[in-house]
Amino acid sequence: MTTLHVNGRAYQVAVEDDTPLLWVLRDTLGLTGTKYGCGIAQCGACTVMIDGTATRSCQVPVDSVGTADIRTIDAIEEDPVGRKVVEAWVAAQVPQCGYCQSGQVMAATALLKQTPHPSDGDIADAMTNLCRCGTYNRIAAAIRQAAG
Amino acid sequence: MDRLLTVDPIKLKDPLELQIEAQSAVLLMKPEGVSNLSRRAFLGFGASALVLGALLPSMPVRAQTAAAAVKPGTRIPAFLVIGKDNAVTLLSPFVEGGQGINTGLAQIVGEELDVNPSRFTVECAPPGPDYAVINGLRMTGGSFSTRSSYPLMRRLGATARDMMIRAAATKLKAKPETLKTEDGFVIHGASGKRLSYGELAPVALALPPRDDVALRDPASFRYIRQPVARLDVRAKSTGKAVYAIDQKLEGMLYAAVQHAPNQGTTVQSIANEAAVAAMPGVHSVHKLPGAVAVAADSWWRARKAVEALSVSWSAPAPSGLDTVAADYASDGLLAALKSSKEAGLPAETEGDATTAFATAAKVIEAEYDAPYLVHGQLEPPSSMARFNPDGTLELWAPNQMPELFQSVAAQTAGLAPDKVILHSPMLGGFFGRHFLYGSANPFLQAIQLAKATGRPVKVLWSREEEFRMDALRPLSFSRFRAAIGKDGRPTAIQARTVGEGPLGRWFGAVFKDPVDSSAVEGITEKPYAIPNRRMEYVKFPHPVTIAFWRSVGHSMNDFFYEGFLDEIADAGGQDPFVLRMDLLKDKPRHRKLLETVAAMSGGWKRGPYEVDGTRRARGVSMASPFGSETATIAEVSVQGGETQVHTVWVAFDPGSIVNPAIVKSQVESAVALGLSATLFEELVYKDGVRQSHNFDEYPILSRRSMPAVHVEIVESGAPMGGVGEPGLPGVPPAVVNAVAALTGQRIRSLPLAKNKIGV
Repeated sequence: MTTLHVNGRAYQVAVEDDTPLLWVLRDTLGLTGTKYGCGIAQCGACTVMIDGTATRSCQVPVDSVGTADIRTIDAIEEDPVGRKVVEAWVAAQVPQCGYCQSGQVMAATALLKQTPHPSDGDIADAMTNLCRCGTYNRIAAAIRQAAG
Repeated sequence: MDRLLTVDPIKLKDPLELQIEAQSAVLLMKPEGVSNLSRRAFLGFGASALVLGALLPSMPVRAQTAAAAVKPGTRIPAFLVIGKDNAVTLLSPFVEGGQGINTGLAQIVGEELDVNPSRFTVECAPPGPDYAVINGLRMTGGSFSTRSSYPLMRRLGATARDMMIRAAATKLKAKPETLKTEDGFVIHGASGKRLSYGELAPVALALPPRDDVALRDPASFRYIRQPVARLDVRAKSTGKAVYAIDQKLEGMLYAAVQHAPNQGTTVQSIANEAAVAAMPGVHSVHKLPGAVAVAADSWWRARKAVEALSVSWSAPAPSGLDTVAADYASDGLLAALKSSKEAGLPAETEGDATTAFATAAKVIEAEYDAPYLVHGQLEPPSSMARFNPDGTLELWAPNQMPELFQSVAAQTAGLAPDKVILHSPMLGGFFGRHFLYGSANPFLQAIQLAKATGRPVKVLWSREEEFRMDALRPLSFSRFRAAIGKDGRPTAIQARTVGEGPLGRWFGAVFKDPVDSSAVEGITEKPYAIPNRRMEYVKFPHPVTIAFWRSVGHSMNDFFYEGFLDEIADAGGQDPFVLRMDLLKDKPRHRKLLETVAAMSGGWKRGPYEVDGTRRARGVSMASPFGSETATIAEVSVQGGETQVHTVWVAFDPGSIVNPAIVKSQVESAVALGLSATLFEELVYKDGVRQSHNFDEYPILSRRSMPAVHVEIVESGAPMGGVGEPGLPGVPPAVVNAVAALTGQRIRSLPLAKNKIGV
């Protein structure tokens, strides 16, 4: 039995230690806002925040998380920075198919928590998630808008 | 584990094996319906539009009768559900996959119904004859949704509004002409009484619809042609949007699969079946056609188990191109396409090319090719199936053609089509991925596993399995020749295209035209005044599963043609922009676009020139895809052998539009995908197997390579064209032409990443 702290709640889960956090979130806890895209930490669709750091949950074995504070897209609007990011995403009409956007919003939120006024270089360094619809320019615009 | 269960392989019916009744297809098609058929084009080809109907293989007699009885798009209650709370739900013939069709339809219907589109919920309708609104056919593809349904959806909204007014007139004992509507309410001017559509709906929607309701004067439009916000953006920004992969059923098993490494081979034996069956959470191990599967209580457990299976597969054929043989290779296929001696069929013939070549001042020749591509939509394919106690099969499957999937699902399950309840979830990207491609669709496996286990099953393919099974944009090849006169202008052009297109592959059984338009579109029907033309096509079937991929044949052919046109310009000592303007002397629509894109970019200049210490140059191209027209300019530099695209300008003329913001987004997106294909993408076959297994081995465009994109919409008033795909085809040639201007290197084989540039 592993105890996970997700979005401010504690969950007891009975899974193999090497189960990626992504699949515990999605299948065990039913938090399906976090997406599976590649499983090898290339695309970033599975990005969550672990103790405030954007992390690709498909490559995080559940037993490595310990008591860390996990935040997922499902509760993004409970976070003041996350809420600002979501509003900027809506204002810039960023999503198309939308599948990668959970991860993009999480990566952007983590960036703005650590660097409230990011330079273009900061955005480029932090926002490495893939988007097959090519919404990259709108994502950057939305981050600048959320940064104010 | 619950029990060990190994089922015998059930023969999956490949769509190709299904009986296709041409006659039923013809019956389904109606001459009216698509506004833009004046051009010899339906998905790029003419009379063969009829063929698409035939995609509904052995359409059941019942459904045919129903289809004959129902005029698609006319039964209001099949499309509109208005609740007591005045919430409006629109059941859409189309599936939303990012292109914004849900919002566009809400704008069109809302405009005439008089309901603000922001109050709409739009869902993909279940299968049924009401939704066959594209010439008697239903699909989401070919950039056809808006242009095919625009008049019909306006009429639907207007007709429903009239029913509301008539119902209110009866209730208020007032004359209809004394009533007006305002955002979901009928208002009686004299008394000021307001009745909501919601309270009127039960009576109103049961009224016989009139077929002569006047439509709104476009001058008074409030929603159409406005940049109305997308309906799905907040849900997609907060993780609340639900895709096929997110769905779950009570008592459901999760299934993972391992496909044969060589396509077309089968399971011989499994060495460790009992051991795997005993792994944690495993319910059962299954042999399927060309695959093994494990059903378990979580997908991760199913995946670990299925990948632990030690499977012996039958051997592929040692050689040959009839199947994916043990020595099958992309470069081998390309060599075969190049060396084909088969006589070509005429795809487009004009004038006397033979004489023009004989009398030319100069003749040039070049060979162009483009590789296999995967769709790379970010949502891996999944499907969920459940056999219900009432004998129905319920299926949740990503798809672009609900009735066809329903029909094939029914045949797979041994049920009548009306016993299959199909849900069409929102798509996490598609780009052509979710047409019916036989073994490249997981829903057939979901049906088999649900049947075998007696439980609801969700099958999800890992990204690696998707790379193994995705249907591919075909590897393509064309050889060009041009005759150039003394004045440096082309007098003749000739092209020989050898290969296979997805239209011929999947719709070919009743497609009588031996020239596959999806293989030659972008090479034929170009607007340029080159008087003598001889374009020919040689069908050369690929052994691999081929697909529609955003902009289909245009995705490579406009690169071929427009790249070669720059070669013609160079050979004749002409500027490529000036030559295009010259060849379009009698085409005001195209000249306007060229002028527009030039102005957007600050005036045409080819370069090279210096910007911020880097040498840059520009390339120009045009394309006429899916009833729309584009002119594109790209600015590039080359650093360390790598091409950097700084800016792409697109002037885009789809005739007329519904939502300028969504149109611009779609063009931006098409530019990104086109650039991804230009710079990086290539799925290589070697020794009978695909060489890329995930995005680490198949790079796609990332933020680092994303250029600035400027889009200007030109509404020429021509018949409405497509929007989702047309922004793509101009990008590869504009970039390649810019690289040639900068470096003198003419790239004739994509992607750029495999060529050393500027060194």
